[in-house]
Amino acid sequence: MTAYLPWVGGAVLLALPFVYRQPYPLHILIIILIWSFAYTSWSVMGRFGLVSLGHGGFMGVGAYVTALAWNYGHVSPWLGVPLAVVASAALAALVAYPCFRFRITGHYFALVTLALSGIVLQVITATRDYTGGSLGYTPERYQGGSSLWAFQFSDKTTWYLIALAVWAVGLYVWNRVDRSMLRYALEAISEDEDAAAATGVHVTAEKLKITVLSATMTALAGALYCQYQMFISPDTVSGIAVSLQMVFAVVVGGIYVSLGPTIGAVITILLAEILRIGFGTRAVGWDNLVYGVLLVLFIIFLPKGIVGSLRELRRRPRWTSS
Amino acid sequence: MINGLLLGGVLALLSLGLNLVFGVIDVVWICYAELIMLGMYAMYFLYTIYHAPIVLAAAVCIVGVGLLGLVLHTLVIAPLLGAAPINQLLATGGVLFFLQSAATVLFGIEFKNLGLRLPVLKVAGMFVSYSRLLAFGAALIAMVLVYLLLTRTYTGTAIRAIAQDRQIMPLMGVDTRRIYLITSGLGGALAGLAACLLVLQYDVHPFVGLTFGPITFLICVLGSLGNFGGGFVAAFVFAEIISVGGLYLDLEWGYVFAFAFFIVMMFVRPEGLMARRS
Repeated sequence: MTAYLPWVGGAVLLALPFVYRQPYPLHILIIILIWSFAYTSWSVMGRFGLVSLGHGGFMGVGAYVTALAWNYGHVSPWLGVPLAVVASAALAALVAYPCFRFRITGHYFALVTLALSGIVLQVITATRDYTGGSLGYTPERYQGGSSLWAFQFSDKTTWYLIALAVWAVGLYVWNRVDRSMLRYALEAISEDEDAAAATGVHVTAEKLKITVLSATMTALAGALYCQYQMFISPDTVSGIAVSLQMVFAVVVGGIYVSLGPTIGAVITILLAEILRIGFGTRAVGWDNLVYGVLLVLFIIFLPKGIVGSLRELRRRPRWTSS
Repeated sequence: MINGLLLGGVLALLSLGLNLVFGVIDVVWICYAELIMLGMYAMYFLYTIYHAPIVLAAAVCIVGVGLLGLVLHTLVIAPLLGAAPINQLLATGGVLFFLQSAATVLFGIEFKNLGLRLPVLKVAGMFVSYSRLLAFGAALIAMVLVYLLLTRTYTGTAIRAIAQDRQIMPLMGVDTRRIYLITSGLGGALAGLAACLLVLQYDVHPFVGLTFGPITFLICVLGSLGNFGGGFVAAFVFAEIISVGGLYLDLEWGYVFAFAFFIVMMFVRPEGLMARRS
């Protein structure tokens, strides 16, 4: 890929809301950017074979801590979001450290993290007196819903630019990890933990680093989603379904390429929206029906995802000629 | 306490089939609970709409879900047997989405039940739900039958041998594919059995799988994979935690404690509760 292409693409995305101001497409774009960021956060660790089904939990903590701190403590999201992120990172470390220390890998890691997102979901539901339970929860509006202090903006353009910035940071982090020593360490670990440890890789510490990083980003995505939508419910930001949704989108887009999760988000969200607009309430369930079939087909036939497979297709001729 | 014990019976029944598949093929059917959900719908339609006798409906349900197990294995698991375990897990996750939304599209999201209420027994001043007692008994009988099948027949021996070492057995002349198919069918049939008994006490809706799916996996892992006795014990431990926790606080807290207990137990005894130390 040529070096200037990302800059051109970035400039186009940046200029977009000033040229094109339709609220609905802009809303879809914001949603896509926020979820892209969440999916990117998942793939930061997912690409090393650390399949976590607990990210729904991290996202839920991010969203709910921010909203609860605002409503009950009148803590500005400028402080509440870091608080939520730290809480989520602490939760991740608390569960992940013993996991890695006692070498719980593969299926078992997925199941432990599954239990974690189950816990977060049930706690949110159980404390319904404070969190509204499964009916959802709304952060209180402040000064008509547009205030820098409350991190609430009624203007879609502002949200678009915020989401775009956060998404770009997500991609930057992904690429930083991609070029770091951490990546080599983690790839060695995912191949063979014993061999990696024997060559001097600190297995537990490296895995913990990437998990906490990933949980931090996911919590930020949750907080952002909460501030933008001004409504959160356990079903949309937490729990096992959200975890699976993340995994699914990333697998479709491609785990091993930086834009994979973004493409995954674009495809899944557009698919859901098109079905919703095209069929209205009759479409309930159809989007997931298509997702499910796609997910199975992708894993069987295109395990590298759309972007990954395209990239391979582009490279292949070069290999054969050399 | 008694209710917890009976809930344990239900959970044990749920985990039985999954345990078999998990232990033998070493694949997590994340969509296992959705198979049960379909079984429950089958019972609902056969009994309430077509007025089939309940025993016949149950038989059809068991066979039907068993066939579904075979189809699932052939279409999804078999092509992925050589793939990374995580991919198998994700593929069945796709099946979960598919089955859930297929049920939504076909049957709608309304709660449905058989409209059949079994009497509540009153034993020594305590109320015991008859349907839970039935589930408890069925779980016990099914477990004994599966145990006998595994230990007393040639096929059963082959299944256990494959669970121990899947590279050597094909060399010994065992047709792995056939054994996997048998196991999947059996696992599906057990899911069907669980569905027959669950539909007596719970309403069925497309998302019913999510309410007891996760706990079923945790039971299988906690009770050591493929170890039915362990699974049984784990089911009762979980049930007691859930119902005692639910008694003093909310039912949700019971689940929270059960999940937390699972995580802690994974750290303390990663091999499962009943694992023998080698």
